[in-house]
This record gives sequence, structure tokens and C-alpha cells, in this order.
Amino acid sequence: MAAYKGHRTNPDKFERGQIKIYLLILPMVLLTGLPIIFIIFHAFKPMEELFAFPPKFITLHPTFDNLLKLMKASISAGIPLSKYFFNSLFVTAAVVGGSLLFSTMAAYALSKLRFRGRNLMMQINQVALMFVSVAVMIPRYLVVNRLGMIDTYLAEILPLIALPVGLFLIKQFVDQVPDSLIDAAYMDGAVEWQIYLKIVIPMIRPAIATAAILVFQQVWTNLETSNYYVNDDSLKTLAFYMNTLTSTTTTNTVAGQGVAAAASLIMFLPNLILFCILQKNVMNTMAHSGIK
Amino acid sequence: MAEAALRKSTKVGKRMHSNPNGYAFVFPYALLFVIFILAPVVMAVILSFTNFNAIQWPKFVGFLNYINLITADDTFMKFVLPNTVKYALIVGVGGYILSFLLAWGLSNLTKAPRTVFALILYSPSMTTGVAMAVLWKIMFTGDQTGYLNSWLMNIGAINEPIIWLTNTNFLLPIVILIGLWSSMGVGFLSILAGLLNVDESLYEAAAIDGVKNRFQEMIYVTIPSMKPQMLFAAVMQIVGAFQNGTIATLLAGNPTPGYAAQLIVNHIEDYGFIRYEMGYAAAVSVVLLLIVQVFSSVSTKLFGEKD
Repeated sequence: MAAYKGHRTNPDKFERGQIKIYLLILPMVLLTGLPIIFIIFHAFKPMEELFAFPPKFITLHPTFDNLLKLMKASISAGIPLSKYFFNSLFVTAAVVGGSLLFSTMAAYALSKLRFRGRNLMMQINQVALMFVSVAVMIPRYLVVNRLGMIDTYLAEILPLIALPVGLFLIKQFVDQVPDSLIDAAYMDGAVEWQIYLKIVIPMIRPAIATAAILVFQQVWTNLETSNYYVNDDSLKTLAFYMNTLTSTTTTNTVAGQGVAAAASLIMFLPNLILFCILQKNVMNTMAHSGIK
Repeated sequence: MAEAALRKSTKVGKRMHSNPNGYAFVFPYALLFVIFILAPVVMAVILSFTNFNAIQWPKFVGFLNYINLITADDTFMKFVLPNTVKYALIVGVGGYILSFLLAWGLSNLTKAPRTVFALILYSPSMTTGVAMAVLWKIMFTGDQTGYLNSWLMNIGAINEPIIWLTNTNFLLPIVILIGLWSSMGVGFLSILAGLLNVDESLYEAAAIDGVKNRFQEMIYVTIPSMKPQMLFAAVMQIVGAFQNGTIATLLAGNPTPGYAAQLIVNHIEDYGFIRYEMGYAAAVSVVLLLIVQVFSSVSTKLFGEKD
């Protein structure tokens, strides 16, 4: 028996030994991917194929009917789709922007500046990685209510800005910025905000991209804020509207399924595209994600 | 030269000891953190000792809510708790092991297929809640036009369509399946990155020291050298599992038929926003936070670095 030599991760080229691994992984990948492919097919199915019996997986004659119906449905409900879309866009942009700004600032301070309470803050944030927001939706509602933010955009923005995972990942990445670089800048007379802007930010782009994805996912599909903090329909987000579509129409009508599938696709695609564009950064950031 | 070194050390030294700018940089995040994360958690703990209907001022009742939860809430004891434990073990722990195994497999492949596979495996976790509730509703439609029914009838496994989403036998397994499907999230990516960054010379050294196969290698070399990622992934996994528990009510309403798939998060929503017994709901919240805490201390025991 040949002596075991220790395997190599991240091989450069295909070897026969990888076939076993393909055989194990491919079924899982297919099973995972099927539902997503299904929703794409379904969103473009014409009426007669939605009604086809037995139901067909593949769409033979793709059409945009479902997307058009989706827009019409919202107009008959009194609020145009564009309004929900604008709300979502505005809320998402505000949350992602705010979260990235505040998290990078905090991460810089926690990683590179020395001050009292720093360690405690880091520990608290680390414990908060365990934070399950649905667990405290009631007291959260009470806080939002108390602050008089019910029925304002603020209620949809502020509660989602502080994301412990985002801060954690960015902070781990700032730790990689060499202190000597920052010391050199100090010697040249730079002050903190200059160091933050000109040295730290450009060096932690992968972590910022990763945090952006995570925050985006939190807010783009968030239902909690629209459901509980906002009563005025004209302030609610796309996620809320899409959810009303999927929860009311699909169970009753087959025709509604196509529309609901189109709605799901609209909710899902931005996530996917963003992740595809930024995936290299994500892996780079995750390399430093460990909790020590 | 010496002068420069001295100047450097004093400046840096001063900066290292106490820098009030630190507070300024932390302040915006800390403020929002305190208001929307810390305060709600503290309030949940306080409210859990009160009787509160959201209109009148809360009335202090001591441990009554917790006592009721354990002794008087049949739904909780008979359905919610067992469901939650099952769900947490399969989706939390099982999903975690699955994440690791898949990531390990991927780390043995070349870059291009690895990236594509990782993207596909990760993509369900982007679809939390709303985006994909409809998908499952279509799949599990209760008459013969439903995809699963049609397919099962076609291959002759069943004769009559099954009304999946109101059938108390199938609802929890469906929710668990969806949970597993979407459990290759941030934790999975973290593990994958960890695996790719294990120092390869460790494997060579271990082989010389007598490691004979890949399984031994995984246990003795791979996992110990990426403990921090394992811990991070474990925390992400368990939080994600509970956070996704709301899918049950999106599919079958709250309460779920016969409480078949009622998880602890749904129980909170039921009492808090449907019955307005917010003190009681808060007690359930605290229990949920404690469950998460237990899972993560076990993870810390397993993967935490002791020093």
C-alpha cells in the first residue's frame, strides 16, 4: 500500500481523484439549484402552460405576460408598482449606505484606536452575532413606536443599520491593515479621519463589499419593518407588496402563480447579481471571518 | 534617525493609550446598536416579568409568565418546543455538518467549478422568506396540479394528491427541508474560505506523522487549524436557522394547522402580534435567546481557542 502523502486543497487541474467528489457534490448542487431554475421558468410561463396538466417544469414559449400582470395588479390596488419600487430602492440605499459608513468607522476605531471600553464593545458586538431579530420584534416595535417613527421612512431604515456581522467582518479585515502604515501617516501629520478615509477605506474594500451584500440581503427582503412599523401602504416596500401577492393569489388561482413567480424573481435577482459581481471579495473577507 | 524614532514612539504611544476620537468614530454605530438591538433585548427580559397588553402600563407579575410557559401552555410543551428542538438539531446542527462536508468537497476541486457550485449552493440563503415562499406553495400545491403531487402520482408512489401544506404529518418535514435547502449561507462561505487557507505544509507534515487517510486528516489537521472559522460558521448557522423559521407561517398561516410546524419564533408572533399578550411573548423570546446562547456556548466549547 502506497504511503498517504497528504492531499492538496485548491488543485490547479482536474485529476481522476476528483471524480468521487464530483459524484458526491453534483447531486446536492442540482437539488439546490432546481428550485431556483424552476422559479425562473415559472415566471415566464404563458397562461396555457401554467394551466397545463400534468404540470410542466420547462417553459416552451416564454412570455412577459406575468411581469405585465404584476404591474397591472398593483395599479388596480391603488398604488403603482413604481411607488413600492422607489420605496425599496430608497430604503435599501439608505440602510446600505448608513450601515457601511457607520460600520467602517466603528471598525476602524475598534481595531486601530485605543480608548476605554473598546474591548467591552468588541465583546458585546461579538455576542450580538447571535442576535435573532425575530425574537425581539415586540420590544423593537415598542422602541420604534416610542420614538414616534411609526409611519415614517425612518422606521424602515434606522432599525436595520447596525448589523453586528457587518461590523465584525469589517473589523477583522481592518485588523489586517499594518499598524506601521498608520503610524507613518501619523508621522506625516495626518489626523484620524484622514487615515480612515485615505488609508483604511481603500484597503478594506473586500470587506466593505461583503458587508454590503449582507446588509442588502437583510433590507431588500425585509418584511418586519413594513408589516409592523408602517401602516400607510404608500410607504411600504416591494418586499411587502410581493409578499401580499404570494400569500393571497397563489393559493387560489393558478394564473396568480405565474405573477407570484415573477414577483419572487424580481426579489431574488438583485441579490444574485450583486453576489456574482462581488463574490471574489466575499471569499477574501471570509478568510478572516474566524472568531478567536 | 534617533530623533525620528523617538518622535514616532511618543506620537504612537499617545495614540495607543487613550484616544478620544475613538468614541467619535464608534458613536453612530453604537447609538443605533443600543437603541435597536441592546434596548429591545433588555426590554424583552424586563417585559417577560410583566403582564402587558400593549395598551395599559405593564404590570409586574414575577416569574408567572415563565411558570405558565412550563406548566400551563400545552401548545408550547406539546408542539412548539419539540418542533423547535427537532428543527434546530436538523437544520442547525445537520445543516452545519452538511455545510462543512460540501465546503470540504468543494475545496478539493479546481477553481472554476468550485466557484460555480459554491454560488449555486449559496444562492438559496439569499432568498430568505418572501422571495421563495411562493415557490414552495407551487411545488406543494394540494391537488393534482401541484408539481410534487403530479410527479408522485406519475411514478405511482401515491394514488391521491396529498394536501401537503395542511397535512400535519408533512408540514414540519417540509419546513425542515426548506431550512436545510437554505442553510448554505455565510457560515458555509466562511468554512470554504477557511479550508482553502489551511497551510498545506501541515498536511504533508501530518502525513509523515502517520495520518493515513482524508478522514483522519480532516479530524486531526483541517478542523483544528480552522477553528475560528468553524466557530463563526456555527454561530451564523444557528442564527440563520431560527431566523428562517418564519417560513412556516408564510406557507401555512399562524398558527400552523394543528400546530404541526409551529416553531418558537411563530409562537412569539402568535402571542405578541395576534393575541397582544406581549409580556408572555417576551418570556418566549427570552427562552429563544437562551436556546441560541446554549448552542453557541457548545460551539465555543468545541472550537473556541483557549488562551
